[in-house]
Amino acid sequence: MKKILTTPVSAEDLKDIKVGDVVYLNGHIVTCRDVAHRRLIELGRELPVDLKGGAIFHAGPIVRKIEGEEDKFEMVSVGPTTSMRMEKFEKEFIEQTGVKVIVGKGGMGPNTEAGCRENKAIHCVFPAGCAVAAATCVEEIEGAYWRDLGMPETLWVCRVKEFGPLIVSIDAEGNNIFEQNKVEFNKRKEEALEALYPKVKFIK
Amino acid sequence: MERQEALELLTGKVANFVGLVGKVLPGDVTAKLKELSENETVPMAKMIYEFMEKNQREAAELNRPSCQDTGLIQMFVRVGTKFPYIDDLKPVLKEAVFIATKEAPLRHNAVETFDEVNTGTNTGTDAPWLYWDIIPNSDKLELDVYMAGGGCSLPGQGKTLMPGEGYEGVVKFVLDVMTSYGLNACPPLLVGVGIGTSIDSAAFMAKKALMRPVGSHNANPKAAALEDEMTAAIDSIGLGPQGLKGSKSVMGVNIENSARHPSVISCAVNVGCWSHRRGTITFNSDLSYQSSTHEGVAL
Repeated sequence: MKKILTTPVSAEDLKDIKVGDVVYLNGHIVTCRDVAHRRLIELGRELPVDLKGGAIFHAGPIVRKIEGEEDKFEMVSVGPTTSMRMEKFEKEFIEQTGVKVIVGKGGMGPNTEAGCRENKAIHCVFPAGCAVAAATCVEEIEGAYWRDLGMPETLWVCRVKEFGPLIVSIDAEGNNIFEQNKVEFNKRKEEALEALYPKVKFIK
Repeated sequence: MERQEALELLTGKVANFVGLVGKVLPGDVTAKLKELSENETVPMAKMIYEFMEKNQREAAELNRPSCQDTGLIQMFVRVGTKFPYIDDLKPVLKEAVFIATKEAPLRHNAVETFDEVNTGTNTGTDAPWLYWDIIPNSDKLELDVYMAGGGCSLPGQGKTLMPGEGYEGVVKFVLDVMTSYGLNACPPLLVGVGIGTSIDSAAFMAKKALMRPVGSHNANPKAAALEDEMTAAIDSIGLGPQGLKGSKSVMGVNIENSARHPSVISCAVNVGCWSHRRGTITFNSDLSYQSSTHEGVAL
């Protein structure tokens, strides 16, 4: 059975979710990436959306204006961007906004782990590059803020249904699947290199 | 055909091709992903491969860019000296990207540096980014269109080694990128490696290597063997799709090389994500065309 989270998400909802689990999301998710993080944390500007118990998506979508409607947009294509770029800001971002679910691509680091552990939040991976499959989970774009940032960086407020699969990469205990995997990857890499070195002695 | 009419026709065809590249992966990439999916044994990795396939199916059905990051457009241009529109080509290619941005649509991905303003058109100072190659006595135009997304551009790096570090230093450099930045760049990657005489030539060749089909080989037998050895080595790490573990890691390793100064060996890495949106199209002088990556395409 699909594990579905619904916004607003509580700490209790995340209690039994572990790294490597697959979950889906109902409710709202807001696209939020580099400059929005910088504005809140470095420039001290208030975020124009309330994210308490909410979800953010590290993503910069392609949207299209809906013809014949006043200032309404359709989600064309939206997939995750590299979450690591937000690592620098994410702990404080979680503390200040109360966001519970962060969706993006690839791993994040110790800063986000601490933010998730201390504030009971999770980071998940949406399979990147699958932007049409994600867009078709968006029922409606309900709002758009900080539009001066241009299409990719605008905060698009999306109402979603069974948005996923979301693969949990940092759980609310701060466990980090990418960091766990990295230990193994690096060990295998060293073995692979030892096997490769004798084969590349082209300079003699 | 009047000259102006011909230029408009060429612009429109290139614009349509750019749009198509964002929606349909080239045949070689699709085939490789299918093979990786079918042979995958790790359940999570298998689920991800199947989801990727579903995404490509939906993108084609709905006529939408399959990945939202349609990149900053780069093109490798091989133009014959006898191609009738050679003099007008640069503005034609720029205009084609401008049109594709609206028509496809493409995401707005050209930010002017220093002014830090998104132009909203995917055109700007040297955007699209073009590489030129002039082909003597040819009346054709061959174009590689590539959507260089942010995720797969991020791992790009190079290093000039001392010869004492040898090719051992080169393979270590490449593998270190795989387990660091490579993880987040949407594996299974196509890995482009350039080996040559200076950092700029190595970086250029690393990107040029990504324009070669998946599974193709370098003409030098030693370099070709190294492509296979490095593919096997990176696969043995088991990065899997999205870097979340799997039986394999990459779509392949393509190496391009040039002669080097005896005192240096420069190497660079450029990677293509699994959604490797590359298209090659050839125009004849009468503007009839065919594509080796998107067979039977009608623009």
